[in-house]
Amino acid sequence: MVKSRLDRETIAMRVAKELAHGDYVNLGIGIPTLVSQFIPEGRKVFYHSESGVLHYGPMAVDGDEDVDLINAGGQFLASVPGMTYFNAADAFGMIRGGYIDVSVLGGFQVSEFGDLANWILPSRGTGNIGGAMDLSVGAKRIIVAMEHIDNEGAPKVVRKCSFPITGQGCVDLIVTDVAVIEVTPSGLLLKQVAPGWTVDDVQKITEPALRIDSEVTEITL
Amino acid sequence: MVNKIFPSFSEAVHDIPDQAVIMMDGFGGAGGMPQHLILALRDHGAQNLTVISNTGGLAGFGSIAGQLSITHSTLIESRQVRKVICSFPVSRSPSNPNHLEIAYQRGEVDVEVVPQGTLAERIRAGGAGIVAFYTPTGVGTYVANGKEVRNFDGREYLMEYALVADYAFIRASRADHFGNLVYRGTSRSFNQLMAAAAKITIVEVDDIVPLGYLDPELIATPGLYVDRVVKRQSYG
Repeated sequence: MVKSRLDRETIAMRVAKELAHGDYVNLGIGIPTLVSQFIPEGRKVFYHSESGVLHYGPMAVDGDEDVDLINAGGQFLASVPGMTYFNAADAFGMIRGGYIDVSVLGGFQVSEFGDLANWILPSRGTGNIGGAMDLSVGAKRIIVAMEHIDNEGAPKVVRKCSFPITGQGCVDLIVTDVAVIEVTPSGLLLKQVAPGWTVDDVQKITEPALRIDSEVTEITL
Repeated sequence: MVNKIFPSFSEAVHDIPDQAVIMMDGFGGAGGMPQHLILALRDHGAQNLTVISNTGGLAGFGSIAGQLSITHSTLIESRQVRKVICSFPVSRSPSNPNHLEIAYQRGEVDVEVVPQGTLAERIRAGGAGIVAFYTPTGVGTYVANGKEVRNFDGREYLMEYALVADYAFIRASRADHFGNLVYRGTSRSFNQLMAAAAKITIVEVDDIVPLGYLDPELIATPGLYVDRVVKRQSYG
């Protein structure tokens, strides 16, 4: 069987399955932003943004953009009933205060202990922390959505992060283009693989040893 | 001063000295950005400034093509800034660097990167007379370097100091003569916090309305925080 990799939209579709009816969710920049498109009708998810808005809906349509209504990625939001605005201290009080059920973040590296590195490429000298460090300590559950290997083919799921970390032991679930991996106290547990991929295929491009769930399944959407 | 209305942006920034510490930029998008105050400060020419902001000035972020889109990048380009304290200093793509990244790589500007929630709380604390606080954010990371770590109930926290400024540049929607302010949408963000954390708070608004026109239930910044208000009109 041909091994296929999930594209960015499909990774987002898989992450969307993790969000439950009634959850308060913060979506990071990149693949995480795409997740909101894939929540099925009838499941209500409330989105929170560091820019100071709760319960935003779709993006604004062309010609209807409002500079006073943006998400943390600078995208324009449509105004929807039930929306609320607040200042940046309150936006982060909600995060550190434990009111955000799920945070979906992008990642450069995730370690086998659930450390996340996603804010600085060492070659650049400086980087953007944004809200990621606060989310990593404050959200009840952290899902990282990213490619399994980097542009040079190096594993992004590693024994120890070589890049400066964003948070210690904060990641709960890793969803990549080839696998779904849970971070557990006894190591990384491989739960699902992409169509055509074997457990060995995934292990070969993953630095730490994976524990294998007794019921590894193919990723379904 | 009871009437806080200033006739022009240039008069509102006339006394800013070299080496002043200035808060500005809302969340970083065009909506919360005090664009005319930034232009006035560029023309005023004060040097060696420290800017406290959410971003490092990201061209095009949260802005609509064809509309005015000035950021504090302008002040970096004009070489008036010595240091930036912010959470999102550089563009998303290293291949498309912003003015701050170029100046940083040349060694012309210092950058202190702060987690966004810590930045917000440091500014909030500064405005509220709190000198420092403990937060779980950043424990075990680069931002913990050199900071006190203290254990409360089995969890580690970093001590972070409050931030205050000499001036704050605020972008609000409407003001009255007492300096009471209302904001619009996500442009409240850092503006509401910064308005309280500076010795002199200067506000750029779309409209100045008579006393009593702003609903007291909706005033986000009471006038005691505000020193100068300028209404937006064509710059010149």
